Amino acid sequence: MKRLRLRTNVDNWLTYGLVIVAYIAVRLLLAGGNISYALQGQLVPITVYIVMAVSLNLTVGVLGELSLGHAGFMSVGAFSGAITATLLELLADTTSTTWIRLGLSTPWIRLSLAMLIGGIIAGIFGFLVGVPVLRLQGDYLAIVTLAFGEIIKNVMSILYVGYDANGIRVSMDSANALKLDEGGTIIMNGPMGVIGITKLSSFTAGFILILITLIIVLNLINSRAGRAIKAVRDDKIATESVGISVWRYRMMAFVTSATLAGAAGALYALNYSSVVARKFDFNTSILVLVFVVLGGMGNIRGSIIAATVLTVLPEVLRAFNEYRMLTYAVILIAVMLVRNNATLQHVYKQIGARLSKSLPTRKKGSEV
Amino acid sequence: MKRKFYFTFVVTLALCLALLVGCADKPSKPTGTAPIKLGGIGPLTGGAAVYGIAVANGAKIAVDEINALGGIQFELNFQDDEHDAEKSVNAYNVLKDWGMQILVGTVTTDPCIAVAAESFKDRIFTLTPSASSPEVVKGKDNTFQMCFSDPYQGIVSAQYIQEKKLGSKIAIIYNNSDAYSTGIYEKFISEAETRNLEVVSTTTFTNDTANDFSVQLQEAQNAGADLIFLPIYYEPSSLILAQAKATNYEPKFFGVDGMDGILEMENFDTTLAEGVMLLTPFAADAQDERTASFVKKYKELHHDVPNQFAADGYDVVYAIYEALKDKDVTAETPASELCTQLIEIFTNDKFVFSGLTGNNMVWSKNGEVAKPPKGMFIENGVYVGMD
Repeated sequence: MKRLRLRTNVDNWLTYGLVIVAYIAVRLLLAGGNISYALQGQLVPITVYIVMAVSLNLTVGVLGELSLGHAGFMSVGAFSGAITATLLELLADTTSTTWIRLGLSTPWIRLSLAMLIGGIIAGIFGFLVGVPVLRLQGDYLAIVTLAFGEIIKNVMSILYVGYDANGIRVSMDSANALKLDEGGTIIMNGPMGVIGITKLSSFTAGFILILITLIIVLNLINSRAGRAIKAVRDDKIATESVGISVWRYRMMAFVTSATLAGAAGALYALNYSSVVARKFDFNTSILVLVFVVLGGMGNIRGSIIAATVLTVLPEVLRAFNEYRMLTYAVILIAVMLVRNNATLQHVYKQIGARLSKSLPTRKKGSEV
Repeated sequence: MKRKFYFTFVVTLALCLALLVGCADKPSKPTGTAPIKLGGIGPLTGGAAVYGIAVANGAKIAVDEINALGGIQFELNFQDDEHDAEKSVNAYNVLKDWGMQILVGTVTTDPCIAVAAESFKDRIFTLTPSASSPEVVKGKDNTFQMCFSDPYQGIVSAQYIQEKKLGSKIAIIYNNSDAYSTGIYEKFISEAETRNLEVVSTTTFTNDTANDFSVQLQEAQNAGADLIFLPIYYEPSSLILAQAKATNYEPKFFGVDGMDGILEMENFDTTLAEGVMLLTPFAADAQDERTASFVKKYKELHHDVPNQFAADGYDVVYAIYEALKDKDVTAETPASELCTQLIEIFTNDKFVFSGLTGNNMVWSKNGEVAKPPKGMFIENGVYVGMD
């Protein structure tokens, strides 16, 4: 047991280390001016997709339930985050209290509040979806999350939000139906989405969000609750028979996953000057699922690497012109074949065994 | 088993290599003076690829023509954005690495809003062929449009319908998940109100439900509409025309520039479009010399009839050429300096541009183009001017 715990600890520190080293390396390269504009522009999306992949891995890999609507939670987080950030900016201009104005005119405070609210609202949606669905068995969660993603996409594209002296106004009909006063602003304009967002996201903010995500997810997995969640995945009946509430632990994993996706969505929305509902469709959900599958179910470090590589890859392949997406698909298939090859897996296992053998000796050495 | 795997692996590798070899052809560089680098962004793959490919082809023809003239030389690098804001910003950054001096793009609206915010920050002159929302140019002095803005089309449509007494009871079918369609609809409805046009039925659809319009048509028919306004693209319009015909409902149809392209659609019975009215800046069978030569070249190169997007792409390159041809600019001129110069020229009242999509175009300070719309109707499978 001790040895097992040690191995998990080392494993977790490797994950944290990987992220921190990568962050420092990129920072150094940025300071030296050695990174192309193309890669610089992708730094924030990469961090967003890492958080998306790690959070989905919690549902798919650790809980063992297929979710096909993860982009729906991202969408909820993106829009509530973008609306919050815009409202806070308006509030900072109008408020008379000095400390509120000072606080709200600081970009990182607005960003953190937007991500927090984006996360909370996505979490609430996760809870609402989870209440009926997580009681179901089999593939039903996949079907309902798929539907949820589509519903969110359609609702968001007819949602109009405005702000004037009387407060916030919401309509599902048209921008004119908001009946804003003179000087009121339309924040969210139906299919045009939220336009004119002040860019608040930064690579550092993304890095901090990844660290927070890792702390939450890794600690959850390795806690008592995490073991219960994994038990639910491995054998539901056996878990129930020892008195563990299956629904409760499923809910815990699912809502955590949705909340983190919402925060990532807010970070994503605040990286561009506009965000539209169409972006968060079924394809985005599947993209994140591909990160998780290729990175390995339940393998957090794998998700991080897969999300990074597969986000950068289509841009690297621009040299291929019109064959770009074809090449991307071929590479995905090749990776899938290599990963599932018996010979190579044997090699991996041997390397793994050698590494773990060397661990206890090091432990002994440190105790002496 | 092992053997089988190696076989698969080798075949995959071979395919990858074959692809690498297949893409070796680079865009041809013009000879002589170093060319000015034009970057282009638009969807070359995915659902909106029709528009991006048309713009890219049109712009390419213009660049080749200009380079053949001697004088200022252009080099065009057109990148794919899949009609997605994130990919569009990525494409923009790739072009920045390449050393883009002027941006031709972005083709579609939402990506253009995101990219224009970046090009505004970097001071790169941006002339979009077809991103039509007013949000594209709002608050950015470096961004200009070649196409009509959506609200303008809505207002002009209402004006046309009222002045020419085209219909007394109007029904509208629009796509409420699409920014273009919603933008035109909102202005149309408010303009119709001020002009006392009677709108009897307003129905919507989304991108996901654009396969069946029987409900919308039924409602329009029940309300007694004699004119249906379609501020939508030509694919759903073609279905609406076919379904109306099938139920023997024969109102007049009035479309906007998104309707352009319907006659070139594959497997579309053009007799269905007989009598359809539309506002479009470009007609491929116009008789003037420039259009005829452009259409001929386009057909030769791409075996297809150019739509207004191709003409917009062609015009964008020519507008930039007209603006720069007497100026002392080279491939070494920094993008920000070109940007300042071009803004000055485009906002100058003396700069008047005539192209395929309109004569005597002038640009306002905020970047919107002013050009007269052409009202057309379809007769015997061709566009005929309404005036």
